[in-house]
Amino acid sequence: MSKSKQKGSGASKLPKRRLGQLQTPAKPSRRELSGAKTHRTRFSDQWQSYRSHHRQVAGESLRRLLKRPLATLMTTLVIAIAMVLPAGLYVGLNNVEAVSQGWDGAARLSVFLKFSVSDQDAQKLRQQLADRKDIASTEYISPSEALEEFRRRSGFGDVLDQLDSNPLPGVLVLSPTADNSSPEKIEALHDQLNALPQADLVKLDMEWLQRLNRITDISRRLTLALAAMLAAGVLLIVGNTIKLAIENRRDEILVVKLVGGTNAFVRRPFLYMGFWYGLFGGLLAWLLLASSLLWLSGPVKELAGLYNSSFSLLGLGVLDSLIMWASAAGLGLLGALLVVGRELRAIEPK
Amino acid sequence: MIQFEQVCKRYPGGHQALNNLSFHMPHGDMRFLTGHSGAGKSTLLKLIMVMERANSGQVLVDGRNVSKLPARHIPELRRKVGVVFQNHQLLFDRSVFDNVALPLVIAGYGHRDIGRRVRAALDKVGLLDKERQNPITLSGGEQQRVGIARAVVNKPKLLLADEPTGNLDPQLSAEIMHLFEQFNQVGVTVLIATHDLSLIARMPYKLLSLRQGQLVSAGGSHE
Ligand SMILES: Nc1ncnc2c1ncn2[C@@H]1O[C@H](COP(=O)(O)OP(=O)(O)OP(=O)(O)O)[C@@H](O)[C@H]1O
Ligand SMILES: [Mg+2]
Repeated sequence: MSKSKQKGSGASKLPKRRLGQLQTPAKPSRRELSGAKTHRTRFSDQWQSYRSHHRQVAGESLRRLLKRPLATLMTTLVIAIAMVLPAGLYVGLNNVEAVSQGWDGAARLSVFLKFSVSDQDAQKLRQQLADRKDIASTEYISPSEALEEFRRRSGFGDVLDQLDSNPLPGVLVLSPTADNSSPEKIEALHDQLNALPQADLVKLDMEWLQRLNRITDISRRLTLALAAMLAAGVLLIVGNTIKLAIENRRDEILVVKLVGGTNAFVRRPFLYMGFWYGLFGGLLAWLLLASSLLWLSGPVKELAGLYNSSFSLLGLGVLDSLIMWASAAGLGLLGALLVVGRELRAIEPK
Repeated sequence: MIQFEQVCKRYPGGHQALNNLSFHMPHGDMRFLTGHSGAGKSTLLKLIMVMERANSGQVLVDGRNVSKLPARHIPELRRKVGVVFQNHQLLFDRSVFDNVALPLVIAGYGHRDIGRRVRAALDKVGLLDKERQNPITLSGGEQQRVGIARAVVNKPKLLLADEPTGNLDPQLSAEIMHLFEQFNQVGVTVLIATHDLSLIARMPYKLLSLRQGQLVSAGGSHE
């Protein structure tokens, strides 16, 4: 043992000398490589390099995506289509709501007259009401007309024939003008009509509007459910794409882990990748939606014109657009987050 | 620097790769790890890097028991240890410079620090003029030297090499071994697993010889 030690130290002089010769031209490099000292970077330096590292990784992930434009476009397009569907429905429902709110003659009021009111008096009242500025149209349905219509519709003709008097009252059907169609104004009008001595009962006929509101409510919920399902779809798409990307960079991941890369470090480029995919998908979806709306806006205006309405198609507002982009990027990031942990844990240097 | 205490390693297949292995390697030492194929050389190195874990016994690296090291502390350990493999594990999608820079990027060094250190390491292995090239355009010996530059660029205290001269000609092998000697001269602890007995026969370092997962000699060099 001691013998070999002697030999060892004796012979090691040779490489030492050679090392000395090697070093003369590049003296600092010896200090650089001395293993005993570990260099401590200052905190501010580290924070700076951490931030520049993030910038670098984000840029690097972006360049990687742009290097394979076709594959990237395909994935982005799938994400965009999945987002366009619920977003389009959302915009459509906003428009339906806007239309139904400002609809001329949205509400109708039926004034059931007392039996004591004659047809002539009723016509006189109709004329008075028609002269009011807040009432757009009036119609009088006399008891006999009402009976006739009931007979036609109900099929109880025989039963009605056996009655010796007409059980139906006369009705005035009114619709308020557009600027008097707000709920409060209709309510006020309703009370005024109710106070008329000729009126027995005033009925606000908004059933179809209520139905429309229920339908839009249901549609909103369906849109939400659809959005949730398609969001899950986006997560799966991004997750799967990231999974493939991880598989493609397996060698790199192994080396990085072998030289001491933390999980966070290994994960970072893939998280950025998911973020970019989501963001691009969101931007493309926004473009698709905006151009569809532009394409539809002309015909919609013409149609509204036919109804004497100045309605024009509502698009995506700034806030809606921002929400759309942010949620798209968030979905991409989440999709990546859901797979990276599991995938990267499975890749360990052996 | 490295201490094994009654370490047993059995692979899932049931094979006993290391059997009750104990040895101590002091700081600043340089040793060769030899033995027949399947003797357990690579396994021993993997236990130090925590690429595998011992079934029993303790593996201490720089005074720290790594056989029970929590997974989140593994990167920290690996940054202190440089490794060189026969299949040098270079990345062919980036330049020589970027390959060598990887451990520094991971450790969060600043841009200028990285440039300085990478060039110093490349200078050391004589490849400063090839920093912009893709490693795939380099010869086997040059690639191996890039791997060594990457292993030492972060100034590790401990340098491990598994068959670093595996498929190189004797001349190149000698050059590589000489490089390792130089690092040892400046205080790095070096452990090299190798088959090449004729190469190390003339070198004055101690041997760790394994047979069937057991130590047969911890003696001096051949001769
Ligand atoms: N992942 C593994 N799973 C199962 N058995 C393994 C595994 N890795 C190695 N072994 C076995 O453990 C024993 C020791 O392997 P090891 O790789 O340490 O040998 P070695 O000394 O490096 O051999 P060589 O000189 O051929 O590289 C071998 O018999 C091998 O078959
Ligand atoms: Mg081996």
